Amino acid sequence: MTTHYLVLSALLFAIGGAGVLIRRNAIVVFMCVELMLNACNLAFVTFARQHGNLDGQLIAFFVMVVAAAEVVIGLAIIVMIFRTRRSASVDNANLLKY
Amino acid sequence: MPWLSILMAVPVLGAVGVALLPKGSDKLAKQLALAVSLVVLALTVAMAVQFSPNGNRFQFEEKYAWIPSFGVHYGVAVDGIALVLIALSAILVPIVVLASWHDAEGATRLDLKSEAVPPKRSAKTYFALLLVLEAMMIGVFAATDIFLFYVFFEAMLIPMYFMIGSYGGVQRSYAAVKFLLYSLFGGLLMLVAVIALYVVAEKNTFMFPELVGAIQDPTTQKWLFAGFFIAFAIKAPLWPFHTWLPDAAAQAPAGAAVLLVGVLDKVGTYGMLRFCLELFPDASKFFTPLVIVLSVVGIIYGAIVAIGQTDMKRLIAYTSISHFGFIAMGVFAMTQNAQSGATLYMVNHGFSTGALFLVAGFLIYRRGSAQIADYGGVQSVAPLLAGAFLIAGLSGLSLPGLAPFVSEFMVLIGTYERYAVPAIIGATGVILAAIYILWMYKRTMNGPTAEPVKGFTDLNGREKWVVAPLIAMIVALGFFPKPLLDVINPAVDQTLTNAQVTDKQPVSTVAEKKGAGQ
Amino acid sequence: MQSPAEIVPHSGGVIGVSWLMIALPLLGAAILLLGGRRTNKWGHFLGVAMSLGAFVVAVLSFMELLGLDPDQRRRGFELFEFIPGMVNLGMLIDPLSISFALLITGVGSLIHIYSVGYMSHDRDRRRFFAYLNLFVAAMLLLVLSDNYVGLFIGWEGVGLASYLLIGFWQHKPSAATAAQKAFIVNRVGDFGLLIGIFTIWTTFGSLAFGDLTHEVTGQASQGTLTAIGLLLLLGACGKSAQLPLQSWLLDAMEGPTPVSALIHAATMVTAGVYLVVRSGAFFEAAPTAQLVVTIVGVATLLAGAIIGCAKDDIKKGLAGSTMSQIGYMMLGAGLGPAGYAFAIGHLITHGFFKANMFLGAGSVMHAMNDEVDMRRYGALFPVMKITAVTFIVGYLAIIGFPLLSGYYTKEGIIETAMHHNAILGWLAVLGAGLTGFYMSRMVFMTFFGKKRWADDAHPHESPAVMTWPLIILAIGSIGLGAFLVLGNRFMTFLSPAVGLPADVPEPHVFGVGPAALATLALVAAGAAFAWFRYGAAQVPALAPRGSFLTTFARRDLYGDALNEALLMRPGQWLTRIAVFFDNRGVDGLVNGLAAGIGGTSGRLRRVQTGYVRSYALSILFGAAAVVGALLYVGNI
Repeated sequence: MTTHYLVLSALLFAIGGAGVLIRRNAIVVFMCVELMLNACNLAFVTFARQHGNLDGQLIAFFVMVVAAAEVVIGLAIIVMIFRTRRSASVDNANLLKY
Repeated sequence: MPWLSILMAVPVLGAVGVALLPKGSDKLAKQLALAVSLVVLALTVAMAVQFSPNGNRFQFEEKYAWIPSFGVHYGVAVDGIALVLIALSAILVPIVVLASWHDAEGATRLDLKSEAVPPKRSAKTYFALLLVLEAMMIGVFAATDIFLFYVFFEAMLIPMYFMIGSYGGVQRSYAAVKFLLYSLFGGLLMLVAVIALYVVAEKNTFMFPELVGAIQDPTTQKWLFAGFFIAFAIKAPLWPFHTWLPDAAAQAPAGAAVLLVGVLDKVGTYGMLRFCLELFPDASKFFTPLVIVLSVVGIIYGAIVAIGQTDMKRLIAYTSISHFGFIAMGVFAMTQNAQSGATLYMVNHGFSTGALFLVAGFLIYRRGSAQIADYGGVQSVAPLLAGAFLIAGLSGLSLPGLAPFVSEFMVLIGTYERYAVPAIIGATGVILAAIYILWMYKRTMNGPTAEPVKGFTDLNGREKWVVAPLIAMIVALGFFPKPLLDVINPAVDQTLTNAQVTDKQPVSTVAEKKGAGQ
Repeated sequence: MQSPAEIVPHSGGVIGVSWLMIALPLLGAAILLLGGRRTNKWGHFLGVAMSLGAFVVAVLSFMELLGLDPDQRRRGFELFEFIPGMVNLGMLIDPLSISFALLITGVGSLIHIYSVGYMSHDRDRRRFFAYLNLFVAAMLLLVLSDNYVGLFIGWEGVGLASYLLIGFWQHKPSAATAAQKAFIVNRVGDFGLLIGIFTIWTTFGSLAFGDLTHEVTGQASQGTLTAIGLLLLLGACGKSAQLPLQSWLLDAMEGPTPVSALIHAATMVTAGVYLVVRSGAFFEAAPTAQLVVTIVGVATLLAGAIIGCAKDDIKKGLAGSTMSQIGYMMLGAGLGPAGYAFAIGHLITHGFFKANMFLGAGSVMHAMNDEVDMRRYGALFPVMKITAVTFIVGYLAIIGFPLLSGYYTKEGIIETAMHHNAILGWLAVLGAGLTGFYMSRMVFMTFFGKKRWADDAHPHESPAVMTWPLIILAIGSIGLGAFLVLGNRFMTFLSPAVGLPADVPEPHVFGVGPAALATLALVAAGAAFAWFRYGAAQVPALAPRGSFLTTFARRDLYGDALNEALLMRPGQWLTRIAVFFDNRGVDGLVNGLAAGIGGTSGRLRRVQTGYVRSYALSILFGAAAVVGALLYVGNI
C-alpha cells in the first residue's frame, strides 16, 4: 500500500539530487536541497505509517526544524554572496580551494 | 609520602608560576626556574637516600585507578635503574637552567651578526618549558603503568619541540619538525604494540609488573617486541634511525641539546632494558644478534662520521650516536656486567655529553659560530674554558679515571663474556674516539690564536658554576662508581632474572679458589 | 726454576700508607691546576716538594721491604672497592714495583728540580709542574696497582700527561699535532691491552695479579695464552714505542726537554717492559708470544739505532736511541726469568744515563737559544764543562764502556739472548755496534770539532739548579750497573716478584765470553768510524743529501709515510664516504620519504577544486558506494 509513497519519495529525492548537481543558481540549488529534505520527510512519515508507531513522524518534525534553521542561515549567506559578488552562481564562489 | 608525585608536581607548578609572571620579568623568571629546579634536586636527593638497594624492587610505589574500564592506572615507582636516571635529570636541569641564562636573549648582546645565534625570544616561556620537560622526564622514568609511560613518552616531545623550534638556530623549524615526526612515528608503532599487549595479555591492566611473563607465544612476542623496539631505537637513536639527532642537537640551544641527548634519548635505551627485555624475553633473545650488529655498526659509524664533521654540535651529536651503540650493545649482551655498565653509561653519558655541549655552547656564544674552522688557539686566551672543554672531551673518549671509562669498560667486558667479536670491533671505537675528540680539540683550542678568538673572555662566575658540578661528578664517579653500581646491580639482577638469562662462568679456577677462601 | 712468591696481605707501617706516593703528586697537580694564577709564585716549589715527598715514602717503603724475609716481600692491600664484583683498587708493593717507584720518584724529583731552572722563563711554569706531578702520580698508579684495571688507569693517565706535556707549547701547531699523534697511536696499543684484559677476565674470572699465578694460567689453552700475550704486547708496543707503533716517539720531542727526559726516556716509555714482566705468568706459559716479544725487541733495537745514526736534531737522535734501548729491554723481557733482572736493570740504568743525556741536551739547547741542530753545535766542551763531562759519562754508559752502568745490564741481556737464540744474540750485538757509532757521532758533533754556532749564540754553563741533577744522574750512570749486577744482587732481589730461572748465570766482572768481546770490538769500531766522519773531519753546516740508506733513516724508516699511506689516507677517504653516505644515503632516504609524501599530498589536494557541485557529486558517489557495499554485504 505504502509503496507508492516510497516511490514518490525516491523520485522527489532524485529530482532534488539532480538539481543540486546540475543547476548553478544558488537559489535553485537551495530549493533542490529542500526538495530532498522533504522527500526524506515523506519517506519517514510513510515508514511511521507502515510500522504503526510515531518515530518517523517525530523525526520528520526534527527535519522541518533543521530545514527552517538552514533556510535562515543559507538564504542569508546567499544574499551576502550576491551582494558582494553580483552573482548567485555557485560556480563563481570557488575561492575556498587547495 | 608520595615522593614521585611531588617530584612531578613541583616543576609543573613552578612552570605555571614562571609562565604567569608579568611581562618583562625575565630575570625573576630565571631565578624562579633555578630555585624550582634546585628544590626538585633537593627532593630527589632526599628520596634517593631513603631508597634501599636491596629492598623491594619497586619502591615509593603509588597506584591509583585512572581509566578503570581499561585498567589504566596512574602508577609510579622506581627501581635502581629508574632512580639513577631520575637523579640524572634532576641534577642536569638546574645546570642547564644556569647555562641557558642568556640563551633566549638572542645575539643582542653580541656585536656579531651571526646566524648561529637565534633571535631574541621570551625567556619566561623557555624556562617554563624547561620545567615542564623536567616533570615529564621524571614521569617517564617513574611510570610503572605502560599506558602512563606511553603518555609521558609522547608528551615529552611537546616542550622539546618548542624549545628547538622557537629557540634554535637557523634551521630550527626543519630540525624541530624532523625530530617530532621521527619520534611520533616510533611512538605510534609503540601505541599499537601497547594496545596489542593489553588485548593479547587479557589481564585487563597496563601495570608493568603484572604484565611481565604474560605473553608466552613466541610469534606474538616478536611482533610486540618490534613495535616497542623500533620506538626505542628511534628515540635512542640507534643506527640507522639516527639522522634526526644531529639536526635536532645542532639546531637546539645548548641547554636543550643537553637534555635532549643526555636524558630524553636515554628513555630509548631505558625502555629497551625495562620493557623489551622483561616483557618479551624470548623475542629479545631472538633479535639479539640483529641488535648487537646494529649497535656495533652504530659505534663505528657514528665515530667515523663524527670525525668528518665540521660543526661542533653535530660532531658531539654523532659521538653520542656512537655511545648509544655501546649502551644498546650492553643492554642486549645480557650479562650482569654489560647491563650494569649500560645503565651506568646512561648516567655517565649524560654528564659527559652534557659538559661537552655546554662548553661548546659557551664557545659558540662567544664566537657566534659552531664551525670548527672558525676557531683556533682558544687555549692561549681562555685557558679555563679550554681546560673544561678538554676534560669534557676526555670523558667523551672514556679516559680512565673519568666516569664514562667505568661504564664503557663494563659494557665491553660484559659483552666480551658472551659475544667476543662484537666487543672487539666495538673496542676499536676507543681509537676512533681519541681521533674525533682530540682532533676537534686541536683545531679549536691549539695553534696560533685566530683573529676573532682574540677577544674571548675566560669562563665567568656563572659558567664556572655550570662546569664545576659536571666535572666534579665525572671525576668522582670515575674513581668511585660503587654507590651507583650498588643501586643499579640489584635492579639489573632482577631484569636478567625476568629475561631468563644467567651469566657465563669463566673457564679457570680462580673464582672457585676465591670462593673457597671466603 | 722458582715461581714468584705469594702476595702477603699487609697492614700498617710505611707500606700501609704507600698510597701517599700517588696521592701527594696528585694533590700537587690538583692544587696547581685549580689554584690558578695565585699559585704562580710558589707553584714550582710545591711541585718539587710533592715529588720529593713521594720519593721519601718510596725510600721508606723500600727500607721496610728490605727488613722482611725475601719470600714475605710481596705486600698487597686493598684501598677501595672499584667495580663491585669485578675488581678492587689496591696496592702491590713488591721488589718489582718498588724498583720502579724508586726510579720514578728519584729521577722524577731530579728532573723536577732541573725544570725549575729550565722553565724559569716560561710564563706557564706552574702548569708545567702541575702536569709533571700528574704524570708522576699516574706512573706510580701504573706500577703500584695490584690489578690490571688499576694498571690501565695509570697507563692512560701517563698517556694523558704525555699528551699534555708534548703539547705544552700548544700554540705551536707542530707540538699540538705531535701530542695528538702520540695519544692516538698509544690508543691503538691500549686497544690491544683492553682486549687482553677482557680475555684474562673471561678466562680466569679475576684481574688481580695475586690471583693470576703460574699455576692458574697453566690451566688455560695454549691458544688463549698466546692471544693474551700478543694483546698485552700490542699494548706494550704502543706505550714503549716498539715496532710497529714506534712513530709517535720521535715527534714527541716537540715537548720541553725535561719532559723528553722523564717521560720519553726514563719512565713512561718503559711501562711496556713493566707490563711484559708483570704478566710473566702469561708469557712464560706461551712460548710463541715470548718469541714475538723478542723479535719485536730486536727489530726495534735495530730500527731505533739506524734512525739514531742519521738524525741531526740532538733530541731526535736521543729518541731513536731510546727506542733502541727499550728494544733491548723488550728483548730481555721476552727471555723469561733469566732476562727479567737484566731487562729491569737496564731499564733502571737507562733511566739514569738517558735522563742524564736528555737533560744535558736540554742544557746545551738552553745555552744555544733552543737550537737543536747538532750541525750548529761543535766545540762546546770548553764553554760548558759540567754539562759536557756528565753527558760524556752518560755516553760511555750507553755504549757499554766496561765497568760503567750500561755495560753490565746490556751485556747481561746480550749474553742471555745468545744463550737463548744465537740469531737474536748476534743481532743485539750488531745493535750495540750501531749504538757505538751514533752516540759517538752525537758527542763529537756537539762537544768537539770546530764551532759551527749561529751568529747570535753565546753559550754558557747552565745554573746550578740544572747542573746538580746532571751530576747526580752521572754518578748513577757510573756505578749503578755494577751495584745491581755484581753478585746477582738485583736478580735475587727481584726473584720474589718475578721468579728465578732454572740456571742462574754466573755473575761476571768483565764478561769474557765471545759475545762480550765481539760487542766491545764492534762498539770500538763504531766509535772510531764516527771519529773519522764527525770528529776529525769537517762537519758541513747543512746536511748533505746522503745515500739512500741515510734518507731511509732520516725519514724514520718511512714509518710515517707508511702510516699515512696505509691508515691515514684510507681513513680520510672512509670518513668522507661515511659523511657523504650519512647525508645523502641515510638522511637522503628519510628526506626523500618526506619529500615523497609531501609531493603526493601536493597532488592529492588538487582534488579540492572549490566547486560545490563537484563536492556534491563525490558525496553522491560515496553514498552510492556505501549503499552498494551494504547491499552486497547484506546479500552474502
